[in-house]
Amino acid sequence: MKRVYFEITENIPIAPSVYKITLSGDASDITRAGQFVNVKIDGLYLRRPVSVCDFSRDALTMIYKVVGKGTEKLSMKKPGEKLDVLSGLGNGYTLDNAGKRPLLIGGGVGVPPLYGLAKELKKLGAEVSVILGFNTKSGIFYREEFEKLGAKVLVTTADGSYGIKGFVTDALGQTDYTYFYACGPEPMLKAVYKNTVTDGQFSFEERMGCGFGACMGCSCKTVTGYKRICKDGPVLEKGEILW
Amino acid sequence: MVNTKVTLCGVELDNPVIPASGTFGYGHEFAELYDINKLGAFSFKGTTREERFGNPTPRIAECTAGMINSVGLQNPGVEKVVNEELPKLKKVYRKKVMANVSGFSVEDYAYTCAKLDGCEQVGWIEVNVSCPNVHGGGMSFGTSEKAAAEVTRAVKKVTAKPVLIKLSPNVTDIVSIAKACEDAGADGVSLINTLLGMRIDIKRRKPVISNVLGGFSGPAVFPVALGMVYRVAKAVKIPVVGMGGVSSAEDVIEMMLAGATAVEVGAANLVNPFASSEIVDDLPRAMEKYGINSLENIIGRC
Repeated sequence: MKRVYFEITENIPIAPSVYKITLSGDASDITRAGQFVNVKIDGLYLRRPVSVCDFSRDALTMIYKVVGKGTEKLSMKKPGEKLDVLSGLGNGYTLDNAGKRPLLIGGGVGVPPLYGLAKELKKLGAEVSVILGFNTKSGIFYREEFEKLGAKVLVTTADGSYGIKGFVTDALGQTDYTYFYACGPEPMLKAVYKNTVTDGQFSFEERMGCGFGACMGCSCKTVTGYKRICKDGPVLEKGEILW
Repeated sequence: MVNTKVTLCGVELDNPVIPASGTFGYGHEFAELYDINKLGAFSFKGTTREERFGNPTPRIAECTAGMINSVGLQNPGVEKVVNEELPKLKKVYRKKVMANVSGFSVEDYAYTCAKLDGCEQVGWIEVNVSCPNVHGGGMSFGTSEKAAAEVTRAVKKVTAKPVLIKLSPNVTDIVSIAKACEDAGADGVSLINTLLGMRIDIKRRKPVISNVLGGFSGPAVFPVALGMVYRVAKAVKIPVVGMGGVSSAEDVIEMMLAGATAVEVGAANLVNPFASSEIVDDLPRAMEKYGINSLENIIGRC
């Protein structure tokens, strides 16, 4: 973990209420897809955890949805302004068990961390498939970006306005996978847990105090004991999850 | 050269800055970031007789200039703390640590303190009779003079280490509780623990915190804490450790002028992991600015 004052290089809407922000600065503490950063927002006390979508040594991209005061204020930040960020937090996805045909399953703003993961898996030569779940056509983002990486992309919409009608689990039948990675709202993760046939990893969300393991604000119970979503997670293995 | 040294219950501290229990774990997360030996000491995570998970999540909420937590004393239990956490801590921290203890009965408190009495690394025992986040224990001992005194006596019986009783602000008269602890043999008192508070999610029309109520801390509570430290320090002869919203070297000086011998830093560590380290670095500058040669000389001098 490092405290870094990043410079905002871009902060633009890419779907209704969904923004993409890119930052320039020392991102060397982010070493794995699935990690997150904790962002200080002017006028608010607690930092706001945001997942990392894409990263290099000196830049990072995040995608966030405006859901409250913190993200609303973040959406008003302009290029050139600085952001006080705790960088390189959490335990990201591990690639060891991905096999030849990993499947990435993302719902809504659970999609972004899977982009960095898809990039890493492609580098290893894997045949990557992605299921992206959204509520409706206008909410879809990053479909083309995944396609550009060479991933096979299936899109589901709850209202059927684009792609497969229904939830991400309704697309599972059209895939053949050796392992899976999931990120999204908890009901989606539960459904994925029930309906997948291989092992996999899940990325979780929780209200956090510190984001680096000190306050025990975001703990959960697992098969292997109590874990902190911010430090031991946010990525947990399928086999250790207790719902 | 200014002098930042203070003496707390017979143990000398290089400076009065002590990260508060519950915001510093058992030190390891911070030891990865800076040399925690620069601190005066730190108070480790509230430890109980048995392992505890604490309350269901969400257990954190944002507030104006502060936060609410309802962690509920998650900790691995005193056995693991003595056998695993303290030996691990020894590798990165050579000073005395303050052992923060909580319980659900007088016997619990005594049991846990007796276990910690044998630990050479422990410099003080801070007895938490003020946790707002547990039922049937914690704060219920700190809201009655009689119960607070009873816990104090029980703990004093089982340990030779200096015993500080950590007091709750959620009482009618914190001074009378502090005096009751002093009369029962406490070597010091520390205050304040968090203030009972609540937030509601308007969209869901539900409390943000799963446990409904939680403990409010952060800069917003500093004036409340300062006032209580001032009143208690005037009323007792034992040392007072001040805390509540402390976020800067100036806050530390204010707390000491109000009567604190040492000062704990809590929520600030969570939003800025370097907060305690920066306060230590900043103290000499702040002292020079205000013409303070020795911190020990300003305690209660307002």
